[in-house]
Amino acid sequence: MEFIKPTLEYAELSPLLIVFGTACLGILLEAFLPRGVRRVPQITLAIVGLTAALIATVVVGLGLDTTTDDAGRTGRGLVGAEGSIVVDGPTVYLWGLLLVFAIGGALLFAERRLEGGVSSFTPMAAAAPGSDTEREASTRGLEHTEIYPLLVFAAGGMLLFPASGDLLTMFVALEVLSLPLYLLCGLARRRRLLSQEAAMKYFLLGAFASGFFLYGAALVYGYAGTMSFTGINEAVHAGTESRGLLLAGIALLAVGLLFKVGAVPFQAWTPDVYQGAPTAVTAFMAAGTKIAAFGALARLLYVAFDGERWSWQPVLWVIAILSMILGAVLAIPQTDVKRMLAYSSVAHSGFILTGILGAQSIGMLAEGQYSSLTGVLFYLTAYGFSMVGAFAIVTLVRDAGGEAGAFNHWAGLGKRSPLVAGAFAFFLLSMAGIPLTAGFIGKWAVFTSAMSAGAWPVVLVAIGSSIVAIFFYVRYVRLMFFHEPAADEQAAVAVPSLLTSGTVVVCLVATVALGVVPGPVLDLVVGAGDFIR
Amino acid sequence: MSALSSLTAAAAQTQVPVVAPTEADGAFSLLWLIIVLPLAGAAILLLGGRRTDAWGHLLGTATILGSFVISTVLFVQLLGRDAEDRQIYQHLYTWFEAGRLDVGMDLLYDPLSALFLLLITGVGSLIHIYSIGYMAHDPRRRRFFAYLNLFVAAMLMLVLAENYVGLFLGWEGVGLASYLLIGFWQHKPSAAAAAKKAFVINRVGDMGMGLAIFLLFVTFGSTSFTVISHLAPGAAETTMNWIGVLLLIGACGKSAQVPLQAWLLDAMEGPTPVSALIHAATMVTAGVYLITRSNFVFELAPTAQTAVVVVATVTLLWGAIIGCAKDDIKKALAGSTMSQIGYMMLGAGLGVAGYAFAIFHLLTHGFFKANMFLGAGSVMHAMDDDVDMRHYGALNKMLPVTFLTFAMGYLAIIGFPGFSGFWSKDKIIETALVESPIVGICALIGAGITGFYMTRLMLMTFFTKKRWADEVHPHESPAVMTFPLIVLAALSVLGGILLAGNWIVDWLSPVVGHAEHHEPPLPVIVITLITVGVVAIGVAAAWFLVGRREVPREAPTDVSFVTRAARADLYGDAINEGLVVNPGRHTVAALTSADEHVVDGAFSGGATTVSGVGVGLRRLQTGYVRSYALSIFAGAALLVLTIVVVNL
Repeated sequence: MEFIKPTLEYAELSPLLIVFGTACLGILLEAFLPRGVRRVPQITLAIVGLTAALIATVVVGLGLDTTTDDAGRTGRGLVGAEGSIVVDGPTVYLWGLLLVFAIGGALLFAERRLEGGVSSFTPMAAAAPGSDTEREASTRGLEHTEIYPLLVFAAGGMLLFPASGDLLTMFVALEVLSLPLYLLCGLARRRRLLSQEAAMKYFLLGAFASGFFLYGAALVYGYAGTMSFTGINEAVHAGTESRGLLLAGIALLAVGLLFKVGAVPFQAWTPDVYQGAPTAVTAFMAAGTKIAAFGALARLLYVAFDGERWSWQPVLWVIAILSMILGAVLAIPQTDVKRMLAYSSVAHSGFILTGILGAQSIGMLAEGQYSSLTGVLFYLTAYGFSMVGAFAIVTLVRDAGGEAGAFNHWAGLGKRSPLVAGAFAFFLLSMAGIPLTAGFIGKWAVFTSAMSAGAWPVVLVAIGSSIVAIFFYVRYVRLMFFHEPAADEQAAVAVPSLLTSGTVVVCLVATVALGVVPGPVLDLVVGAGDFIR
Repeated sequence: MSALSSLTAAAAQTQVPVVAPTEADGAFSLLWLIIVLPLAGAAILLLGGRRTDAWGHLLGTATILGSFVISTVLFVQLLGRDAEDRQIYQHLYTWFEAGRLDVGMDLLYDPLSALFLLLITGVGSLIHIYSIGYMAHDPRRRRFFAYLNLFVAAMLMLVLAENYVGLFLGWEGVGLASYLLIGFWQHKPSAAAAAKKAFVINRVGDMGMGLAIFLLFVTFGSTSFTVISHLAPGAAETTMNWIGVLLLIGACGKSAQVPLQAWLLDAMEGPTPVSALIHAATMVTAGVYLITRSNFVFELAPTAQTAVVVVATVTLLWGAIIGCAKDDIKKALAGSTMSQIGYMMLGAGLGVAGYAFAIFHLLTHGFFKANMFLGAGSVMHAMDDDVDMRHYGALNKMLPVTFLTFAMGYLAIIGFPGFSGFWSKDKIIETALVESPIVGICALIGAGITGFYMTRLMLMTFFTKKRWADEVHPHESPAVMTFPLIVLAALSVLGGILLAGNWIVDWLSPVVGHAEHHEPPLPVIVITLITVGVVAIGVAAAWFLVGRREVPREAPTDVSFVTRAARADLYGDAINEGLVVNPGRHTVAALTSADEHVVDGAFSGGATTVSGVGVGLRRLQTGYVRSYALSIFAGAALLVLTIVVVNL
């Protein structure tokens, strides 16, 4: 047997390599540095590593070559690492986006001023909640600095997820991004039982969903005889007898990915996990997982299963509609701000799915109209900034028991802290899609592209559910600005360090800018072009 | 602008001159600076806050003077050019574009805007100088100058814009400045109410203006004067009539023409320099500018033109009658302003034959009315801010400079032979007589009434017996206030020079066109003599009714119906109240109740239903991981089955 040395495109893959290298280095630091001095090197390493990866991403993005595939489609990028990783325009854009939010997440992780000099992560995860060991660890001011390598590993998985060129790589990426997140979810300093329960649920259900994905991968392999998306695409177009294998495979793969984005009926974990996880983790996870998973879903559906568009599209119609309706309707009765945001993220999954259903081929588009991928990428950008910003603000609003999640406690916040309340209101309005915010442009982009693909029933439901959604977003605005607080239920805004406030400001500026002058980012997204095969 | 070369051919057969400017070069590239200087002044004064208190008024005045100097230089440059080269165009940047709509921040400098620049910056400078003295003791003087600068910048934008959107920017800007300045003494409820009234009535006009611009865009696909003037001959007459009428509504609001006249008298609540600059010399003449600038529309819209003439004729009599009965010196002058703008609108409504005279009267009126308003301000300054002419009398000795300069304005407005108003008003009456005898006779009667009310004002203020209380000590104003008066008085006297050798008509002909000369029904000299005669009758009537009698300190109440009506502004407010405000109130009340019961009911009902559903569905979220897993499994099973069953 001849052994062929695999070729790796180190330059193009450098963002991935840097991120995974940083994570491994973080583990080494964890092993060799004494406990007391780890924190600063770990934070520095994480942020420097992620920033370096971001710079590398920009460099890679500027240097992408134009390629033409067998079918004559042109795109920018290359299929690297022996076909397992695809570095093309959308990949690079998503990498950039994910790295920005990973850096934001790292900054939020590092915040210490809110808990009076310690981070909002548990001092000793192994100690039982409420035990003496925990109290002792707390008094000694211990901290888990593993959270930074874990975050970087998760970020690495996220980067790999939408870039994967075959089913196996995609599965590995799925696990690499999920496992650190399961852990991170259980590390809250306050309300630890809730946090651990969340982690447990997330892990169990995540593993369950991964099983579906893997089974789907096996079925598709059985049909196509290959794991690579390009190969599957060819097999689909060639058509063979056992189409049942393919269809069941598509459905099961979709289950795995739809679970990650939290679409109905696979959304059940979202509110519990979003609520239980440390808020900094929620912020990172809400933005990062969704962006990565939608990127992966789009690649899978567009590249591998493009030929079966008419099979999967009707089901996605229904899932999009259900997600939008259920997300919006269930967000209304929520009395906890994190759960409200969780359900709203379910509704957002529906909106983004609407975009995925949109017109893909250039021929279906009117001049100057955006393709579905463009709409989805822009929506993800807008969504990510407002979600991270909103969750970052949730970390600031506190009462005696830590973060004040309860709805009533936010009453009258606008009078006590107009700036923070105003920023939060702005993020909510952006999520609601009020004009002059990023959310509006995002919704407009996905709706128009879905319209031109003939998915008008979905768009109709989308508009209806946007209206319902305005109800619960504006309820918070009203609560903050027009309600007098009850005397004993007042939350106050803690003054954060530059880490959190900087993140909030960046998100706010981005949300405003994307709404008022979306042109540059839209150009960037359009310039990212299409997936290559 | 690139599409224009193809348009030129289409315009060959029009009689209205098209706007075909050339690119700005040399000194003309400074055009933008004329607007930016006062705008920067306003910005510095408003943003700089109290730090600029000490020198703010000087900066404000300096910026306007700077604009005036540039305007003068450009005017001289323009004089040196051939008549056909006198339209200059400057593209600053693309303001916005969306679909077919492409609006540039473009400026147009032509003989018409050149005259306006001189008027606005010239009179504006004088009034700024005057205000230094007039507002010396006001704690908010800096703010006053900031607003005044803002006004001048907006007014310059209005007359320099090359498209209707830019014009509208200026149009709204002057509206805003006017609102701020009428209500400048906002602690007085009457001033606040007057500002609001002016703003609301102007909204009605602005709505017409806005609709006109939309219709222009729909019809011509552009808002640029250049493009529209080239394409206008191809449009349907009905469309042009609609555009014309809508523009007229806009002009009525800004220029206080019937039926949107009611705000101008109340606007006198503002400081007097404001009344002089905004509500006499410049802003209120914007309607005349609009119609003259849109000559390419109105020449093709005969019905709209007739409407202009009717509105103008009614207003010139309306304002004159109000002016006869007012005891408040500023309101009497405001009535007069309304009437004089009626003359200008009349000139503009008469078409090509009248445009030049309308602008001519606008300029002379700008001089003499600003002069008289500032004079009135000087009198009020002397009389401790008392505005009631019944408390004046025999001030000619106490305020010699004010008196003499005011007298120049007076002689100009009544049309005393040789003074500026004589030349300008006479020309409008003459043209009106040629075009329509009835309108001409109304204009003639208006001239007589002007003679009456101005003489009455003059007599009650400067002559007759002293009626002021002993504790009032009238004194002449400081030099910083009398200097502008003297300059304006000189201009009031000499303004007629513009007509020498038919200069202004020739000067404006590249913009407004050149009219065939029609022989008037009577020889010109006879018309002039008749006009002078009618004015003399008005003056004599005032002398017999006011000058020779005792003027009571309190206004008599047992007066004729006409006087009562005139004192009530000819029931302008009552008409508005009955026809607009009350029906509006009732509609709003009805809508509010409909909103409360129908809309809110449906909305709250909907919201309650949705939250009810939400609360119900919430039970699905049991918190048990096993039930979550079950739902995922069920969902997956359903998904697989649907895809497989449907597609196989």
